[in-house]
Amino acid sequence: MNLLPDLFITFARVGVCTFGGGYAMLPVLQREVVSKKEWITDEELADCYAIGQCTPGVIAVNAATYVGYKKKGGLGGILATLGVVFPSVLIIGLIAAFLQQFAYLPWAAHAFAGIRACVCALIFTSVLRLLKTAVIDIPAAALYCAALLASARFGLSPVLVAVTGGAVGLAVSRIRGWRT
Amino acid sequence: MAHLIYLCLFWEFFQVGLFSVGGGLATIPFLADMGRRTGWFTQAQLTDMIAVSESTPGPIGVNMATYAGFLTAGIPGCAVSTLGLITPSVLVILLIARFLQRFRHSRGVNAVFYGLRPASVALITAAGITVTRLALFSPLNWKAVVLAAAVFLCLQIKPLGRLHPIVFIALSAAAGVLFRF
Repeated sequence: MNLLPDLFITFARVGVCTFGGGYAMLPVLQREVVSKKEWITDEELADCYAIGQCTPGVIAVNAATYVGYKKKGGLGGILATLGVVFPSVLIIGLIAAFLQQFAYLPWAAHAFAGIRACVCALIFTSVLRLLKTAVIDIPAAALYCAALLASARFGLSPVLVAVTGGAVGLAVSRIRGWRT
Repeated sequence: MAHLIYLCLFWEFFQVGLFSVGGGLATIPFLADMGRRTGWFTQAQLTDMIAVSESTPGPIGVNMATYAGFLTAGIPGCAVSTLGLITPSVLVILLIARFLQRFRHSRGVNAVFYGLRPASVALITAAGITVTRLALFSPLNWKAVVLAAAVFLCLQIKPLGRLHPIVFIALSAAAGVLFRF
């Protein structure tokens, strides 16, 4: 098969097979892109994830762009990326249109009240997991508390909090003499 | 003027893609802020969005963008907001793909992310507090508080915590209908 459509279709399949975001996508990518297509190696995929964590944006998109770029340049990167988001856009578009139709029914309102309670528990479980990787020492913990206060108490814009966090990180590392 | 909304959507989601670091949930604080500023969707709709995104395939950030785009501008909104979200990622990776290894081991980059990660988790925590306040405490809904606590405890138990979120979302929907939340 021509490589360009193959990139789109393979990554669309990865998009369909993944429930629950970037990390859930790792085993699917291993099967489809490393084992079956042999487009990249396991080491490269691991690098992709490391880079995905330290570049802006959706991790799955970063991985798709990297593989597509490596195989077929800029156009390949773009097609692989469009492939990985295509199923989401289609499925969510349908669900959103459908939800509007029955959101006013009383039983649906009860169901969503239950779902909202569940979402709170899911978010805080993820936060606990993320804390273990993000807050690795005392300055990071202090930064976490300050950022939480700035956002939750004083309603500072998320963009401002993120940019300040990055700047503080740079300053703290500078003071420590670029300790690695 | 009708096209202006698409431009706004693209720009708003471009910023989300540029500044949210560390996976799908990192988009929540930016979306909460966006909803407050623009009035495109309410915080309750944001919570529904999170539930739908967790229960459908695909990257959560993309699902959230698609859903928010639909609420704002229908089907074309889905496409525009998703393109806005992914454009920064694509640009950055295309720019650094050549010297990826050097970028990854750059001390400057590591230093910035050392600070960016706790800030990002703090933002998610703050968004979680907002969502919780809205879902459980305004007005106080005892049944929902008990359910949220029960689900949270279940998620901390090893074998149960590995279950897919959709299991908990479906059970909570059933509980909501059964006990008339």
